Amino acid sequence: MKKSQTSIFAAAALAIALTAHAGDDRAKAVALMQRDFHAKGIAHMDRLNEDALQLVCNRSHNNPPKPVAERLQQDQLEAIKYPADGKFLGDWKSGEKIAQTGSGMTWSDKAGQANGGSCYNCHQIGPNETSFGTIGNSLRQFGKTRGNSPQMQKYVYGKIYNAKAFSLCSNMPRFGHSGTLTEQQIKDLVALLLDPNSPVNK
Amino acid sequence: MSSIKLRAVVALSGLALVCAAQAQQKETAAPKKAAAQTKKAANAAKDPVAADFEKFHEIMEEASPAELFEAKGEELWKAKRGPKDASLEQCDLGLGPGVLKGAYVRMPRYFADAGQMMDAERRIVYCMVTLQGFKAEDLAKQPFSSESRTPDPVSLVTYVAGQSRGMKIAIPQKHPKEREAYNIGREIFNYRAGPWDFSCASCHGEDGKRIRTQNLPNLTSKKDAIRAFQGWPGYRMTGGLMHTLQWRMNDCFRQQRFPEPGYASETIADLLTYMAVNANGHVYKGPGIKR
Repeated sequence: MKKSQTSIFAAAALAIALTAHAGDDRAKAVALMQRDFHAKGIAHMDRLNEDALQLVCNRSHNNPPKPVAERLQQDQLEAIKYPADGKFLGDWKSGEKIAQTGSGMTWSDKAGQANGGSCYNCHQIGPNETSFGTIGNSLRQFGKTRGNSPQMQKYVYGKIYNAKAFSLCSNMPRFGHSGTLTEQQIKDLVALLLDPNSPVNK
Repeated sequence: MSSIKLRAVVALSGLALVCAAQAQQKETAAPKKAAAQTKKAANAAKDPVAADFEKFHEIMEEASPAELFEAKGEELWKAKRGPKDASLEQCDLGLGPGVLKGAYVRMPRYFADAGQMMDAERRIVYCMVTLQGFKAEDLAKQPFSSESRTPDPVSLVTYVAGQSRGMKIAIPQKHPKEREAYNIGREIFNYRAGPWDFSCASCHGEDGKRIRTQNLPNLTSKKDAIRAFQGWPGYRMTGGLMHTLQWRMNDCFRQQRFPEPGYASETIADLLTYMAVNANGHVYKGPGIKR
């Protein structure tokens, strides 16, 4: 029910977006990729298909009309699975390891292996890692400046689970939604950012 | 050949010097770092590494290992090989059969005989198939360099690229197919999909960004686009292997969490057209070194 609603809405958004665009080159590009790519390892051909969100971001140059963005963000938000035990804080030490690890979901990764979060690829986080990327904002002292309230814990869990629930065409992957990270792994990352004992907050 | 060997030795000793300098820098930097503020740490993360690489790069460029592969490629180009026992000397790289000067800085281009857009490697593979009788599917089996082997097309592309050293990049956009390839390439570049919602632009669409300490060129800007062309084919210090742009595109798509693109496919030719045209007007320095 919910899903079909979403796809109807997405189709409408697509129709709007297409009128403003010559979609010819994109259609040719997609057809070419469908022809020229092949499945390898865990990376199957269905990865070339856009989901509703990717479709809207692709067709709007990552700048969708506000009502479309709000509606789709709401869908993403409602689909976040929060921990059944209501606890968000895991072990920051494990979180640091997950943040350091960049493997996972490529055709050279194995099915069933524990994936990393690749967090340092894009963010400054702990004080002892100077090799960090700058595509994302700095997360140094994240908890120290924002506090550690239950609301903040839930927000951070949700943001890692699905960044697109908060900013529709964000560069950040949807780590929970895509099945990249487990519930426990996301809890550990929440602890890395919010636990007062985490070096991030020293 | 012996002079090349000598230069390789010089390059290696240069490498040792830089490594020693880097180690020293690390030691002296450590206590300072502890006291440094967040912002300073951010700058320090970028600067020493980038500076070391620049130093290393300068030394290596004096005696690039890529030259060894150029020499190997030249031998392969002129040798009679394959089921047809023919050389590649009649291969037309767009400027007429056997014309190598300036051909690399004018590809990808549309080739009427094949009815296709072709980048340098795609064209060389085409010539190996049509002139020498090699099978395309055999050449596509293990197309990238490994510790045990450097595929022939890699050396051949390096040789052909070396013949355009010092020349201006002038990728043609006259033929309608060439203009169409540019537009399709741009769409491929910006297409977000897969489990991580990545496109090429996710990493290469903004100025001044890094992954870890690796600087990312903004390939949508005229200013940075040259960085997708310059230094390729390149001797990559990570792993010490010679790689072409076919490999670079393949490994980018791997990290994009996409399925695998076909080797020397039209998709790659179009994507390379988009990036190379953006680099038009810059002077190509020849096969180089990559981090």
